[in-house]
Amino acid sequence: MGCWGATAGGERHVFDGLAYLLAAASPRRSGDELAGLAAASDAARVAARYALADLPLRIFLDEAVVPYEADEVTRLILDTHDPAAFAPVSHLTVGGLRDWLLSHEADGAALAALSPGLTPEMVAAVSKLMRNQDLIAVARKRRVVTAFRSTLGLEGRLATRLQPNHPTDDPRGIAASTLDGLLNGSGDAVIGVNPATDSVPNAMALLHMLDELRERYAIPTQTCVLTHVTNAIEIMRRGAPVDLVFQSVAGTEGANRGFGVDLAILREAREAALALGRGGPSGEVMYFETGQGSALSAEAHHGVDQQTLEARAYGVCRTFKPLLVNTVVGFIGPEYLYDGKQIIRAGLEDHFCGKLLGLPMGVDVCYTNHAEGDGDDMDGLMTLLGVAGVHFLICVPGADDIMLNYQSLSFHDVLALRSMLGLRPAPEFEAWLERMGIAEPGGAIRPPPLAQSSLLQLARDHG
Amino acid sequence: MAELPAPDPRSDPWARLRQATRARIGLGGCGDALPLREVLAFQMAHALARDAVHAPLDVAALEAVLHPYAALRARSRAADRGTYLRRPDLGRRLEAMDAAEGPFDAAFVLADGLSATAVQRHAAAVFHAALRRLPGWRIAPPVIATGARVALGDEIGARLGARLVAVLIGERPGLSVPDSLGVYLTFDPRPGRRDSERNCISNIHTAGGLAPELAAAKLAWLMREALSRKLTGNGLKDDADPAALAAPTFALPDG
Repeated sequence: MGCWGATAGGERHVFDGLAYLLAAASPRRSGDELAGLAAASDAARVAARYALADLPLRIFLDEAVVPYEADEVTRLILDTHDPAAFAPVSHLTVGGLRDWLLSHEADGAALAALSPGLTPEMVAAVSKLMRNQDLIAVARKRRVVTAFRSTLGLEGRLATRLQPNHPTDDPRGIAASTLDGLLNGSGDAVIGVNPATDSVPNAMALLHMLDELRERYAIPTQTCVLTHVTNAIEIMRRGAPVDLVFQSVAGTEGANRGFGVDLAILREAREAALALGRGGPSGEVMYFETGQGSALSAEAHHGVDQQTLEARAYGVCRTFKPLLVNTVVGFIGPEYLYDGKQIIRAGLEDHFCGKLLGLPMGVDVCYTNHAEGDGDDMDGLMTLLGVAGVHFLICVPGADDIMLNYQSLSFHDVLALRSMLGLRPAPEFEAWLERMGIAEPGGAIRPPPLAQSSLLQLARDHG
Repeated sequence: MAELPAPDPRSDPWARLRQATRARIGLGGCGDALPLREVLAFQMAHALARDAVHAPLDVAALEAVLHPYAALRARSRAADRGTYLRRPDLGRRLEAMDAAEGPFDAAFVLADGLSATAVQRHAAAVFHAALRRLPGWRIAPPVIATGARVALGDEIGARLGARLVAVLIGERPGLSVPDSLGVYLTFDPRPGRRDSERNCISNIHTAGGLAPELAAAKLAWLMREALSRKLTGNGLKDDADPAALAAPTFALPDG
């Protein structure tokens, strides 16, 4: 285990171990303070960045922050590392990688070619040397395109997950929120429900309801009930219409065990979903959620900072070729991200790290009522992510998730964002919106009054 | 400023759909943005939720409604609200507590948690109703705990020599309900108990949630089961059917 030092502000700072150096170089956040990993002072934090900037990238191939023998996520990361893709940057330091990523020669194609050569730890390390502006500028260059019934991630496009949750899973209530979202142009990434009751029969009932609704109106999108992966396997065995298999994942084997999953069960679920043949030829049938702090929460963080572990969760995601991944950045709570400033920074880090590793990275721009944040902070983060080219954002009616008791974006927020930045929905979905009279020819979304809408029958069926 | 008028429900086709959900659907628009009426309603709901998170527990008022039972006081190592929110570990550890002579079959801890408002409004009702359903039990004096997380009850229960501890605690406020109470029941409480070793009754409030009287019925049922089977957590949950307990036709085990 190495030991690194740097002199800053006339004082010598020493960082014992790679994991501690990464933690100390991280922007201040409550989760690292809770774990006892944060830099002792602001000066120590910057000193750690000096030391981190001089580290050769290769060190992350030689030294694991979570032991190889003890953790299958580490084994996955190192065993699937692509040395040929890494070769163009293998001589660089972490600081050198930062400069190269920002250079004009590092265009979309170069970044895409590099992705398999980067490990999550390298990506996390370089993000700690980048300002918010840098995270946006580099992520913006890295488009990741995925496809099921809709094509997501194209230049100039911004997709949304329509999240029509209901505290008792009332199908009529879920249909009402879905209708509201569709009328506002939401749902091109997925119509995805978090069930209040995590049981197989309940999830099957919701899946049938959503699938019938999608078929009836020929909506070019996907549906998903975000139930545990083991439930999804059983649901597929029983023949219910599963487009996407969902699972929350984290960056260590122990934290994944806390979620009740391992790599083998994820592999099994993906194979079962592929066998249904519902998706496109790209085989993108998985949907993952992640969030900084989940490993600490599961007491499985191995003394590693929460942002590095979050990037390792993306290492898990990418091996399963997902259609969608999102961080639930402000959901985990103020003990991990205390306020709007920390949530915004983490949202940009997560998006950057996911994209650089090649993921179709979305964000749940959100906050809880015990965090020091509000809608103004979310306005900021959503706009920054729009500029950064985020794959998709999550929307709920009026920004108020009445089941999970937190605030995400509203359908209106994304209407405004699309207008302000000239971002359009997925092309197949956009054409559908035009056919339904929700979007004008050429793309501007103008939600029609329900009474005059071609979706009025949906309201009658479920009202 | 007075509240802005809502649209006339007779001309609003969303009215029927709203019967199926509290979600903020059919809000209309002003350009791409929400109408001001909705913006202010949302801000008010958020303000009420934040006030609930940050409001201190009025301990004296809670002591008064616990009468005739004299309450003990306990506080965690989270000295202020900011520390409490940042450091859940400190909220799980006891700083100081009044003593009482045990042993007891059960102890009730009334803990501020993330909504003192919830504890202020509903905890005493649940406590009194549960006690009426537990005749003959040796019950510790109720403990009012501040700066408390659920696991603080483990140390409190151990200090009192209680075989069971029920922590009545304010849940994280949502926009629609800022005063929801939760109850966590733990057999053989002591520091280090895992969440999987507890049973939880959540969503206790009077705005369409589980009514305090029904919550007390469920709690008393769980407490009897826990003592007779000497466990709480996953093993107990498997057998208990909360839906049947909550159903209006359910006959209470003893009246």
